[in-house]
Amino acid sequence: MTSLTWISQKAWIWSFVGAFVVWLATALYIGGAGGTAVITTALSFATFTVIVGIGQMFVITTGPGNVDLSIPATISFSGAVAMKIMDGSNAMLPIGFAASMACGLVVGLFNYILIRILRIPPIIATLSSSFLVLSTAIAYGRGLKIKPPPLLAEFATARLLGIPVLAIVIILFAVVMSVVLNRTMYGRSVLAIGQNQRAAWLAGINVERIRFYTYVLSALLAALCGFLLSGFSGGASLNMGQEYLLASIAVVVIGGTSVAGGKANVPGIWGAAMFMFLLVTMLNTFGVSAGIRLILTGLIIVAVITIAGGDKPPR
Amino acid sequence: MNASDETIVALEDVAKHFGAVKALDGVSLTVTSGECLGLVGHNGAGKSTLMHILAGTLDPDRGTIRVGGSDLSNRYNVGVAGENGVRCVFQELSLCPNLTVAENARVFHPSVTGFGWKRRAGTLIREMLDEIFPGHGIEAEDVVGDLSIGKRQMVEIARAFTTTDLPLRTVILDEPTSSLDAVTSGQLLRFIRRVLEQGVSCILTSHVLGEVLDVSDRIVVMKDGLVIATRKGSDFDRNSLVAAMGNVVEIDEIEQHEAREKLRGVAPVVVEAAADRARDTVSLTAHQGEIVGLAGLAGHGQTDLILKIYGAAMRGKGPVNVTRPVALVAGDRQTDGIFHLWSISANIGIRSLAKTVRRGLIDPLAEAAIGAEWRDRISIRTPDMQNNILSLSGGNQQKALFARALASDAEIILMDDPMRGVDVGTKLEVYDLIRAEAEKGRTFLWYTTEMDELYNCDHTFVFRDGAIVADLARGDLTEERVLHSSFQESA
Repeated sequence: MTSLTWISQKAWIWSFVGAFVVWLATALYIGGAGGTAVITTALSFATFTVIVGIGQMFVITTGPGNVDLSIPATISFSGAVAMKIMDGSNAMLPIGFAASMACGLVVGLFNYILIRILRIPPIIATLSSSFLVLSTAIAYGRGLKIKPPPLLAEFATARLLGIPVLAIVIILFAVVMSVVLNRTMYGRSVLAIGQNQRAAWLAGINVERIRFYTYVLSALLAALCGFLLSGFSGGASLNMGQEYLLASIAVVVIGGTSVAGGKANVPGIWGAAMFMFLLVTMLNTFGVSAGIRLILTGLIIVAVITIAGGDKPPR
Repeated sequence: MNASDETIVALEDVAKHFGAVKALDGVSLTVTSGECLGLVGHNGAGKSTLMHILAGTLDPDRGTIRVGGSDLSNRYNVGVAGENGVRCVFQELSLCPNLTVAENARVFHPSVTGFGWKRRAGTLIREMLDEIFPGHGIEAEDVVGDLSIGKRQMVEIARAFTTTDLPLRTVILDEPTSSLDAVTSGQLLRFIRRVLEQGVSCILTSHVLGEVLDVSDRIVVMKDGLVIATRKGSDFDRNSLVAAMGNVVEIDEIEQHEAREKLRGVAPVVVEAAADRARDTVSLTAHQGEIVGLAGLAGHGQTDLILKIYGAAMRGKGPVNVTRPVALVAGDRQTDGIFHLWSISANIGIRSLAKTVRRGLIDPLAEAAIGAEWRDRISIRTPDMQNNILSLSGGNQQKALFARALASDAEIILMDDPMRGVDVGTKLEVYDLIRAEAEKGRTFLWYTTEMDELYNCDHTFVFRDGAIVADLARGDLTEERVLHSSFQESA
């Protein structure tokens, strides 16, 4: 196989190429050592997008119509609950983490019950559950201004040789999830269901169990993101999940995962998350106004999806 | 008929390669008006590719295409084919499942527009259905996705014969009877003879050689992308045709197949199920090592029962008593079978992944080994098992689905009319494989619409209106008895 065909088969290459080009433009504009600083900052912020992006990827890969819109609400809910339980104490860290995971588990279960038992389409089910979850978070965390435990804040912002520790951990986590996707029964089942749910069932795959795992996994990762994000940004806030609604879907698609399902890509999520952050940074350094910046961001995402994410439909 | 000498379609030296696979390697073909041209050959001989080129859905790599005397080689496509009166009934049905029968008919006829188009399109397709398949039971308002595969095929066929302002000169029929039962197939073949007399020509491919012999004026035999024989239909009989195709296995083997008397009741019962609308007490039982046939006209509850047994085995509970792991071979491979993004190897391995797992992870080498083993055992024609499943011809895709089920740990294999569009040579190979697996203790439940296949079964249940109406031992099995049971009440 020539290197050219190898590259053309790896859709995720494009997200890294995009990220590199955008970074280069920024680095040339600001000049000097600023370029490396931009990269480490991007790594810090992209980490959180990657965590929810991986969960969203598994959901989207189970086929058309599957998407988790409750991710932002779960982030806020999990962050608020964890902060309140830990109340700034290092000793409560394990309990706070467990509580955060429990939040994810409950949301995932609830989503699945709506989808499976009440037969509500996933897009509506997760959207409506996100209203319920966010309202719960608001009611629970009224006037929330609690600092995270120092240990958590330290861990979330720590750097090793200038590289954010959290980013290293999540890179390793992405490697693990890539193996889960390609080399486990669960991952294969997700890919099969995404291509043809009926054929997957007839080939001996327990479709409903796999869908259940997938929605719970997505909610658990959203909860993890909420927990770490609260530590990173010095406390939970009720709108901290907001930007992750579109970001989680955009990184999945830009990263080379097929929106039609059945084809997924973990490394691409990292590339896409870096690309998204660096893009905003670039437009900021160019001094573009906020309105223009949003328009340009939208246009560039559409362009990238058209060029890189465009998948030939089966004949 | 003085028009019968007029050449309608002429192909010259047409070739089409897919990567290393030479699907067509220089084929010339003519069809004259009022003629039925039969096209036979094994899976992967290039029949479907030739049909697709003629229909305009594939561009040939080289060669010329003439329709009605004018050279259309460089601008040939579906639209041009339609304008020149060339229609096609595809093996992979081409109807839009979300539209009604009438709306699908309209898609073909741009001239049906304006107020009341739906009613006019409905009348158009209904009249044609009535003419070809009297008593078809299809309404113009039916949504195509809700129809059984047999009825969808009937709509597809009828639609190709409807005419408005464009001429109708040649209809390509690619495996038109693969999803039809004996009665509707007969209706179609009689209709073909009628339209030939009106000067319309047909190109017919079918793996049921009897059909080709019955209706064709001329028969073209293809092998490995080339035409290897062209003779008048009356010059062939079943055996000489099989010989011309270069069969490895003699057709007589089916007839010589000894009716094996297996003592029902000695081997343990592995499946016990009643059909959905069981009016009486006949229920289906299958014993270990037995091949059980599910017969009757298409769509009379055979598939429903197979799915019921499958569902009960998967969930471990239900109204059906199944005691062993099951696997299913789908008949409708596009919707029930293949994973279109995956390689041939991955498509075969999916049902057996559990046994390739080493320390919690799938071992890619073990998975490839399953693919390689079955490529040889069931002779799948491909240069590389890592190629996409869609690179295979329809019959070879079906073989891959067989391999998926047979490679698994399942002791009961459910087959949902799996031999649609599979050539005779492959069929005989698969029959032998099924027999060998049954000897080893596997049980087969085999729904089929072809009488020939029932002769491979140890025991046959006949279905009508969702109920089992007859329970025939191998010695009692005759075509008359099956047909008689299928029509008992409607007669």
